[in-house]
Amino acid sequence: MTTSTAAAPDRREHGKRVLLIWIALSVVATPLVAVFIDRVIPPGNGSAQASEQVFDNTWMTAIITPVVCLLVVVFTYALTQFRHTGGELVDGPALRQDNTVQVFWVVVSSVTVLFLAGFGSYELLKNGAGGGQGPKPIAVPAGPKMQVQVIAQQWEFTYRYPSFGGFETSQLVLPANTQVELHVTSLDAIHSFWAYELGVKADANPGIDNVAFVKTKGPLAFHVRCAELCGLWHGYMFDIGRVMSQAQFAAWIKKEQADYAPVTKNLPPYAKTYLPDPQRRAG
Amino acid sequence: MRATGWKLLGVAVALAAAGVLIGLYVGKLTTDAGSKPYTVPVSTKGGHPVVDLTIETVAAVGPQLSPGHPDFVSYLVRDAQGKWLRRTVWRLPANATVHVTIYNFDGDSGLRNPLFGRPQGVDGNVFTLDGKPTQVVSADDASHTFAVPAFGLIVPIAGVADDAKNQCGYAPCALSMAHRTIEFTFHTGKAGHYRWQCFVPCAAGWIDGFGGPMQTIGYMDGFLNVE
Repeated sequence: MTTSTAAAPDRREHGKRVLLIWIALSVVATPLVAVFIDRVIPPGNGSAQASEQVFDNTWMTAIITPVVCLLVVVFTYALTQFRHTGGELVDGPALRQDNTVQVFWVVVSSVTVLFLAGFGSYELLKNGAGGGQGPKPIAVPAGPKMQVQVIAQQWEFTYRYPSFGGFETSQLVLPANTQVELHVTSLDAIHSFWAYELGVKADANPGIDNVAFVKTKGPLAFHVRCAELCGLWHGYMFDIGRVMSQAQFAAWIKKEQADYAPVTKNLPPYAKTYLPDPQRRAG
Repeated sequence: MRATGWKLLGVAVALAAAGVLIGLYVGKLTTDAGSKPYTVPVSTKGGHPVVDLTIETVAAVGPQLSPGHPDFVSYLVRDAQGKWLRRTVWRLPANATVHVTIYNFDGDSGLRNPLFGRPQGVDGNVFTLDGKPTQVVSADDASHTFAVPAFGLIVPIAGVADDAKNQCGYAPCALSMAHRTIEFTFHTGKAGHYRWQCFVPCAAGWIDGFGGPMQTIGYMDGFLNVE
């Protein structure tokens, strides 16, 4: 542990100082992180899943705060106390094995990492955490769900509402306080559907029905982006979605059904995936 | 020690300069590359800017307009002198009314998503196809689309029949040749840099029709520089 050029009798004193500074800093910093950092940690509070992600990230950040504090203290202490201030450069004392320190380090690291792995896995499996779970999801929230299909293509997302006659539209609108089952697929290349403030991210692959769940909260405008490099206009493949009240959503559905009626009859029957025939031009 | 420090500083400055140059080059590639901006002439009506934009779509751009890729499918724009230019970055005024006329000399390729057969974002959600008001073009009949997603604008372009007489092989194509005429009106909003694209995978010879001219500014993609 010691690489100091300070005299050997001071080693324990240095150790005590580092320990005391570390404990003091951790006692102050950890509660501050646990209480305040959720205000700046993404993705915000736009859905149940987003709030859970903020909770998870807040607590995982709080748990690693003492570790970060230890690194900062050791680095800062070493830089300020073990400086070479003139005279001839000489080698420091040899590093020697210390079983107590090694065992302590291995045990503390292992417990921390295993706890974080367990905590993260539990949170992930609880309700899917807003991530795409593939065609057979294993973390399915209880209760009724409204299905919405997300169809990616170069370079726009479109959305299909099977519960409302299967019409398709270029806008993503969801009702407030509703459990939504998103079915994400693609008609061409690999894309990724990312509804940032809702905490939803799911790959959109051709021929694959990737299911993700989100429980909306109150009215909200949220960003939709493609998160997978998908060609020339990938950087422009974004949009604004909306969560609106149940009454506004019902009115919106009615309007969209009427507006898109001329083309709804041309759409293929609703399915979990679509594989359009190769185009006549295609090679 | 001092000489080493200067060397390190020199390397750092060179790396930073290289990063800036690469950034500028990538920025250029993703904006105007392959197509010099074309300023569309503007008139005014009641103090409001009005633009007449005349464009055409051709199955093959031809060696005159694209010696490197004569077989690429492409959009062309007509300038004030009636000359067809292979430019797909267009300067338009903000908050203007834009009357668009598209002459399509290409056959139908088919839409992968039939949704784009319905016009969106145009006045009245209706456009005229060969002079007839039209609400929808079937997926099989679509040849191309003209779409500016940021404006919510999508217009399907019906194709020339396979058995039509006097079809155009290479651009520029004369209006005496077989074509479809699409007319619609939309409005530019605030100033900005908006991409436009074709949603029909119409690139012959590329996997699923998505490569080449579909991925290259100057053919089936471009920008509206609204100023």
